[in-house]
Amino acid sequence: MSEKTNFYTLYPLGDSAIVIQFPDQISEDIHQQVRAVSAFLDENSFEGFVEYTPAFSSVTIYYQPWILLYTEIQALLEEMLRELIEDGTRLPETRIEIPVVYGGDYGPDLEFVAAYNQLSTKEVVAIHTSEEYLVYMIGFAPGFPYLGGMNEKIATPRKAQPRTKIAAGAVGIAGRQTGVYPIETPGGWQIIGQSPLSLFDFNREVPALLKAGDRVRFVAISEAEFLNITRKNGN
Amino acid sequence: MGIKLIKGGMLSSFQDSGRIGYRKDGVVVSGAMDQDALKLGNLLLGNEAGLAGLECTLTGPELLFEGDALIAITGGDLSAEMDGFPVHMWRPVMARKGAVLSFGQAIAGCRAYLCVQGGVNLNPVLGSSSTYLAAGFGGFLGRALKKGDQIAFNQEIPRLPVHMNWGLSPDLYTATDRNIIRVMKGPEFELFREKSIADLFISEFRISMAADRMGYRLEGPILELKVAKEMLSSAVAFGTVQVTAEGSPIVLMADHQTTGGYPRILQVLNVDLGKLAQLRSGALIQFELQDLKQAQGLLISREKEMNQLKQSLTFKYIPHD
Repeated sequence: MSEKTNFYTLYPLGDSAIVIQFPDQISEDIHQQVRAVSAFLDENSFEGFVEYTPAFSSVTIYYQPWILLYTEIQALLEEMLRELIEDGTRLPETRIEIPVVYGGDYGPDLEFVAAYNQLSTKEVVAIHTSEEYLVYMIGFAPGFPYLGGMNEKIATPRKAQPRTKIAAGAVGIAGRQTGVYPIETPGGWQIIGQSPLSLFDFNREVPALLKAGDRVRFVAISEAEFLNITRKNGN
Repeated sequence: MGIKLIKGGMLSSFQDSGRIGYRKDGVVVSGAMDQDALKLGNLLLGNEAGLAGLECTLTGPELLFEGDALIAITGGDLSAEMDGFPVHMWRPVMARKGAVLSFGQAIAGCRAYLCVQGGVNLNPVLGSSSTYLAAGFGGFLGRALKKGDQIAFNQEIPRLPVHMNWGLSPDLYTATDRNIIRVMKGPEFELFREKSIADLFISEFRISMAADRMGYRLEGPILELKVAKEMLSSAVAFGTVQVTAEGSPIVLMADHQTTGGYPRILQVLNVDLGKLAQLRSGALIQFELQDLKQAQGLLISREKEMNQLKQSLTFKYIPHD
């Protein structure tokens, strides 16, 4: 872990949660700290620990104060963080490819995104599929990834009128962010394509396809391939 | 044997102590809005405190008992009646096969809990039987109950307490007449203007029409940051008070999203969440500031009370001669 980012503060979020706050910015260095803490907590639960939520620059731990007072969990976490910072092992990363049919009925806003950025639709797809994206955190909806690393050449503002319904698996752009909708929901993102993969399925042993720290690549597929995968998945 | 819905009511959904362990995957916790009421309902029947019960909102459901069951109704007083006669709340009640349970006017509070001894047969999803309405899973088919739904009991024959004629005295339960909601400072408290901080505790806030299981939007003085700040999304909790870009506070409730990007000005004390859950649109609330030590002290006492109660209620079901 680099020196400038291993600084942290601890503060309460109410009477039953404590926040480990790293410098408040989106950066890969800080993300590595968040991951290290998350991985540690996955392996080392303690009495009074309930669960945790990782975010861009923080990890929030929910706990039971009748087992562990704030001052006690604070001391425990300080010790844990000291060890983690000394250790500094880089964690392995999972790479995941997400197949996407771009444009047409599957991506009704692809043409708008292209026109807005003075590009052809082909160029937008080429740019969108050329980057590797880092999953900084999961939030907003079950399994929804906050992805970092989108090329600014295809950044496009949200739609003025949000759609009332966006299908699960829709791939969109909102400002400088890109993402995939895990469940059907209303939303204002520019929809450029559709993935046949299910980002969240409560029937799976691990319901969320992605987790914080994963590296994602989008791969363009044809409609025939899309239908093939959808059929295989039985939806 | 089980219950059959004659009317679904406004919003009747099964909720338990919440879906724990999946916040990191963006899965909301859900669970009963008024956890204390649910726990007490279960404890009255000799159930595990966190077992799923039916959360009935304002206009309750109407249901037919297709078999005998020992039930308890707790939480808000929605004028429960069995075959047309008022039902005592906060105590075990025998519902005979063929009995019809209905609800009328909301006299106090807005969420009643119907607990059944042994619980009802639901398929837990990710370790919980709470209904996650927005994602459509958990509880009964992932949705609120409607006419015609049939839910089976887990237990065929009710196990009666040694004596029937007892209950909890309602003052064990947080009174909702004085709408003081105790809070702690939220992480971004200090970023607000002095005037806004003063307004926060002097003024009353009204619970707006936009109030549901996800959150309550409040109406009152506009709350302003000293300096506009772009926030990174980070974790929130049941009871987090966020302030939107327009300056209105929103209290996050049981179905809140796991992360949020608005400044967190306050955090409602855990012990007062049930009270807030029983307040409805139009109610006025006033915030009262407490520190962390006080907040944890109150929560620890509440936990102790619950444990003592659990022990004494278990005793009610043990024959002694």
